[in-house]
Amino acid sequence: MSATAAGLSNTGIERSASHTAEIYLKEAKYEFLKNLRLRVYTASVISFPLMFYVLFGLVLNSKETIGATSVPTYLIATYGTFGVMGASLFGTASGLAADRGLGWLQVKRASPMPPFAYFAAKVILSMIFSAIVVSLLLVLGISFGGVRLPFAQMVTLLGTLVAGSLPFSAMGLAIGYFAGPNSAPAVINMFYLPLSFCSGLWVPYMFLPKLVRQIALALPPYHLSQLALGVVGTGRHESAATHWELLLAFTLICLGVARIGFQRDQGKLYG
Amino acid sequence: MIATTEYSPSALRSDTGTVVASLEAVSKNYEKVRALRNINFSVRAGQVVALLGPNGAGKTTAVKLLLGLIQPNSGKARVFSGDPTNPQNRLRTGAMLQVGRVPETLRVREHIDLFSSYYTNPLPLHDVLAAAGLEKLCDRKFGDLSGGQRQRTLFALAICGNPDLLFLDEPTVGLDVEARRTLWEEIRRLVDCGKTVLLTTHYLEEADALADRIAVINQGEIIAEGTPAEIKAQTSGKRIRCITSLALASILNIPGVTDVRQDREAVEIQAREAEPVVRALLARDASLSALEITSAGLEEAFLALTQDNGQKVDSQS
Repeated sequence: MSATAAGLSNTGIERSASHTAEIYLKEAKYEFLKNLRLRVYTASVISFPLMFYVLFGLVLNSKETIGATSVPTYLIATYGTFGVMGASLFGTASGLAADRGLGWLQVKRASPMPPFAYFAAKVILSMIFSAIVVSLLLVLGISFGGVRLPFAQMVTLLGTLVAGSLPFSAMGLAIGYFAGPNSAPAVINMFYLPLSFCSGLWVPYMFLPKLVRQIALALPPYHLSQLALGVVGTGRHESAATHWELLLAFTLICLGVARIGFQRDQGKLYG
Repeated sequence: MIATTEYSPSALRSDTGTVVASLEAVSKNYEKVRALRNINFSVRAGQVVALLGPNGAGKTTAVKLLLGLIQPNSGKARVFSGDPTNPQNRLRTGAMLQVGRVPETLRVREHIDLFSSYYTNPLPLHDVLAAAGLEKLCDRKFGDLSGGQRQRTLFALAICGNPDLLFLDEPTVGLDVEARRTLWEEIRRLVDCGKTVLLTTHYLEEADALADRIAVINQGEIIAEGTPAEIKAQTSGKRIRCITSLALASILNIPGVTDVRQDREAVEIQAREAEPVVRALLARDASLSALEITSAGLEEAFLALTQDNGQKVDSQS
């Protein structure tokens, strides 16, 4: 079996940088459309934080304050964190686990798709949906909860929370590489719901039991929520730099775990 | 494995093509299961090569190795003389794989648009839709398609980039007879345009209808390889059934007998030609009764070829 080189030249079929950028955009666009049309995703990711906010921030407690901050304002930061976490975990992990487990990712990998376009699309999707959830919370709060924030503060809050999508997207990728296609949503909730509670996203931090308050300090959503609360002038006024550093460290750990899964899928570990 | 020394016209033609994809002494294990054992196999430019075998034979593993989706435990998979994972090679290949779930909320045209965008020289959407027979379905969501329509969409994704080399893993599974024939036509058209196709199938009829060369694979080993005519010559034959007092081993010694097995009170004998074997049988056993001679059908003969793990084929050659 001798292969001759004649006619096998690959020259001239490289992709240009702008073509690659186009692929990233298109991948993200269709990832967005795909999930937008997926009611399971939009319903759970957008409706739940909004429903909680309406119930606990607008229907009940809307005249109360936490420290100097009104409850509707305070809860935008915490339910915003809750929403961002949900959008990011479900935006990455459930799709990845299903694509991996049921063969679709292999079809994509066999194609000339730049491998990172696939992941980038999921992260971008998570950020877009995070922005949508936070924006809707702000609209609800301003319209029905008497929330009054300077525009710059609202933009900072939105930016902080959308940036906070990254650690949870990384966490979602890690989960997506180790969860089965059908069990992924359950696995996500196994992390999502306890983390949310223990980080003070449902019940404000100071009302949590003492033990849970100590656990919270080790949890990434706690740090993101404190950053968001800091933007609206409340929270525990710890160092923002420390919160960011911890979130960055968490992101890197999750990416490391995801990378192990990625390499395992490439068959390199089984070489 | 059968070595064919006689060149049929198609074998001559195939030797002029350059090897564009090959497995060289490849073995692949999954955990403790040996999926492929020391496989040598190649696809030449402009050919349709069929990997033919029952489910679980290792066909899909071979395709995945050539696509660089998995790595061999030993040996080498090569595409366009290089590593299958090479991005430039992937720009020249298209693949249709068996897949459990495709994103269901995207429309057919959107799936094709996305996959086309990966390639440097994709076919126009209209041509892809026409080739896959999807013109009227292009605005349907994938989740609303029937099984056959889904297969056709996956076929469209494989060809949309106008690739030189096409891998089709069980392309016609789930298609009705008419859709299958239409897809065959389309595959022939691709080859007429100079494309190279590796397809896997468990239908001998499909391999026969499309392939220039067939490699029969069973339990991870290639047990026969050749043109469809050569494969058929190896697999087709006569089946003789009779009640006899002769021992199985002594029947197997009769020249021309390829296989013998006990079937209830009778024995079933596979033979290339019936007459000399029957003559020998009658000469040795005067009490022989209930004699029947039938032609082994292609599918049946193929089953016989794969069922005994190639030993019979070795003894034939």
